[in-house]
Amino acid sequence: MIGVEHYIVVSTILFVLGVLGIFLNRKNVIVILMAIELILLSVNIQLVAFSAFLGDLTGQIFAMFVLTVAAGEAAIGLAILVIYFRGRGTIAVDSVDRLKG
Amino acid sequence: MIQVLAFYLFAALTIASAVLVITSRNPVHSVLWLIVAFFNAAGLMVLVGAEFIAMLLVIVYVGAVAVLFLFVVMMLDIDFASLRAGFVKNFPLGLLIALVLLAELIFGIGAYQAGRIELGTGTADQVPVMAESNIAAIGQLLYGQYLFLFESAGIILLVAMVGAIVLTLRDRKDSRPQNIGKQVRRRPQDATRNVKPEIGQGVQL
Repeated sequence: MIGVEHYIVVSTILFVLGVLGIFLNRKNVIVILMAIELILLSVNIQLVAFSAFLGDLTGQIFAMFVLTVAAGEAAIGLAILVIYFRGRGTIAVDSVDRLKG
Repeated sequence: MIQVLAFYLFAALTIASAVLVITSRNPVHSVLWLIVAFFNAAGLMVLVGAEFIAMLLVIVYVGAVAVLFLFVVMMLDIDFASLRAGFVKNFPLGLLIALVLLAELIFGIGAYQAGRIELGTGTADQVPVMAESNIAAIGQLLYGQYLFLFESAGIILLVAMVGAIVLTLRDRKDSRPQNIGKQVRRRPQDATRNVKPEIGQGVQL
């Protein structure tokens, strides 16, 4: 039978894959944003699983708030990406640290 | 039995598509695999009876966030091959760190299972999940106890929207916007004139 541990393991693997994605694609900011979405998804799975197995709906409410923040973060991140690309012609994030305006 | 099968199907597809998200060569494929991952995660959530969050996940992520990603990936003309330069170099270290992190987390979960820590029993006024449908119970909670959090989530979305628009808005030099003051100042007697042309002469403009 499927217990909460199965869900924890799945979401743990997703979380680690998100962290690994940030490590592997250090230059490509789009894939980094997608890896952050994966991390937030793993948090959501965790919250929903605990909420369901505890019989307390609060976890699902907080999963909704995580969803809200993730949507806002994606919008702002992609907007920053677009203006960065407009000014520089590339999205390689290892040249962001120059701070020359 | 079918639940176990469905769980393993959804879990395996979620993890496989997550792997493809972070390793695929083309970011467009990454976005598409991200959509698959979100669909299967929604399936996982349906299995534990959280239908509303599952549907929200599909609507918000697949309908909005993934389309936004696709839009940006396809709109910007990016040389993605050069961005993968450090991929092979970073792979061993990244994999090592990921494995260490995974081992630690799994170890923690094992300790949690073995250690007989009580899972918590919830508060006295907790809302029972099974009393009504999932969405009705969530609605009761969201518009009652968590009303202010709900409204602040709305404000967060508003700020994100305004921020995204302000960041990407630019006024181009060659655009010709509407000048409302000029339009309002214009009078009929300046704009039109009566002429009485001779027959066969035409009108002088």
